[in-house]
Amino acid sequence: MENVTLVEISGEVDLYSSPQLRRKVLELTKSKTPVILIDLKNVRYMDSSGVATLIEGLKSSHQYNGRLILSGLKLEVREVFELTRLDTVFEIYADSQAALESLAA
Amino acid sequence: VQKIQLHITSDPRFLRLVRTTIDQISFIAGFSKLDRSKIVLAVDEACSNVIRHAYKEKPGLPIIITCIIRKHELAIDIIDQGEKVDIKSIKPRPLDEIRPGGLGVHLIKSVMDNVSYSHLEKVGNRLLMRKSLPKEAPIES
Repeated sequence: MENVTLVEISGEVDLYSSPQLRRKVLELTKSKTPVILIDLKNVRYMDSSGVATLIEGLKSSHQYNGRLILSGLKLEVREVFELTRLDTVFEIYADSQAALESLAA
Repeated sequence: VQKIQLHITSDPRFLRLVRTTIDQISFIAGFSKLDRSKIVLAVDEACSNVIRHAYKEKPGLPIIITCIIRKHELAIDIIDQGEKVDIKSIKPRPLDEIRPGGLGVHLIKSVMDNVSYSHLEKVGNRLLMRKSLPKEAPIES
């Protein structure tokens, strides 16, 4: 299995808190982490600043052929990805276990 | 007609308070849990845009959110006293461009039935959003 770094975030990701997520994600892409798995199971809310942060991370990871994967999206969070049609851009798994199993396959 | 007004300043820490309040107002108006989360998102995006674009992230400046529950609709009016934003520049970006930013306006327009931007007389901007009330009240608490 590829070297996977699991990032668990929780609470509400909005204009106030997304800079914290951005710092973490860009720190991982800067160090060319091969696979970044971001588990959102404890995220109750995400706005477009959170989504934009994840797009930025995804694009940065592609620059070094890395992967940024999401798991555990609650219905309300998934809705934001669907409304922006980003549910087809990200690799999204039901939970982190499913993501890890897929990576191990 | 029921009218509720919320006065905050341009501090992103207040967005959570806005979301909680809008969720409750949407609940009173009779929206389902999923619709409430979408309305909350639209208002949060609108307030974030005021903070970022009209006020250029300067804190302590006023944002007034007025919610009116009418017989057939929920109207949400957001007023700021920031720099007049070029209304023609407020448009959703094409979604096939995969890049950060510019998604807020798309989300607002996707969620609400009617969205209109205008300038206040001297300084400031106004965003009026409307959403029709559901025909049947959802069965949930």
